[in-house]
Amino acid sequence: MRVALLISSVAAAFCLSACGDKPQSAGGVKGDVAPYHGVNNKYAQPGWKAGDKNSWEQALKVRTQNNQNEYARTGSR
Amino acid sequence: MARMKFICDAERCIECNGCVTACKAEHDVPWGVNRRRVVTLNDGVPGERSISVACMHCSDAPCMAVCPVNCFYRTDEGVVLHDKDVCIGCGYCSYACPFGAPQFPSTGTFGLRGKMDKCTFCAGGPEANGSEAEFEKYGRNRLAEGKLPICAEMCSTKALLGGDGDVVADIFRNRVLQRGKGAEVWGWGTAYGSKQAGQPPAGVKS
Repeated sequence: MRVALLISSVAAAFCLSACGDKPQSAGGVKGDVAPYHGVNNKYAQPGWKAGDKNSWEQALKVRTQNNQNEYARTGSR
Repeated sequence: MARMKFICDAERCIECNGCVTACKAEHDVPWGVNRRRVVTLNDGVPGERSISVACMHCSDAPCMAVCPVNCFYRTDEGVVLHDKDVCIGCGYCSYACPFGAPQFPSTGTFGLRGKMDKCTFCAGGPEANGSEAEFEKYGRNRLAEGKLPICAEMCSTKALLGGDGDVVADIFRNRVLQRGKGAEVWGWGTAYGSKQAGQPPAGVKS
């Protein structure tokens, strides 16, 4: 009787071991680096300083006006 | 602080699909996926209008609201991006997006795990700026290179404007004043929540 009880206890413990809940720690969204920090490759546009947010924003504003505002390019307002 | 936005001028778009082609080439987007596309209303009918559509990087993005795994984030520049390592490809964002921006490729670099793919405003994603990993998952990071989205910069008629919202709105406003019509900015109110933006000043007919 004791042996049967012992065997059933061990079997139950073995079978139930699969029911344990493993911790799920999803990493979440990785941190992103702001674009004004620049890139370390040959495609970077000159004319602004990497890491300087103001110079990056100013460079983009100038670029927008130069490339996308044809009224500014032709001088007609 | 710069808040990046797109404006598509339906008076100017000639449905050339240059923006679509430029986007695909710049980011090496696989076959079957278009991060940007051109939609023509009343095609073939006099007065037809075309608009270039992609993720508008909404101020209050519905895709962010419905994502069950919170894979989206908004940068300080107002660009809505997502982490493909967190995305489970469930497709909820596709149903929520009013612009049909989320794409679900099934083959190629982006599609091996069924991750969602969309326009990044040429701002890459949560990998090192300009790295190979960033390019493989999200495409080029032109913003970090000091450039603007290739679709807007390549637009032959300058129908598509992309950049700091204040600057592109000024360019568009000046254009509307010059031509005296066509002040409606398709999708602007839906994306950025302002029905006033892009409207002509009092006295100008649209």
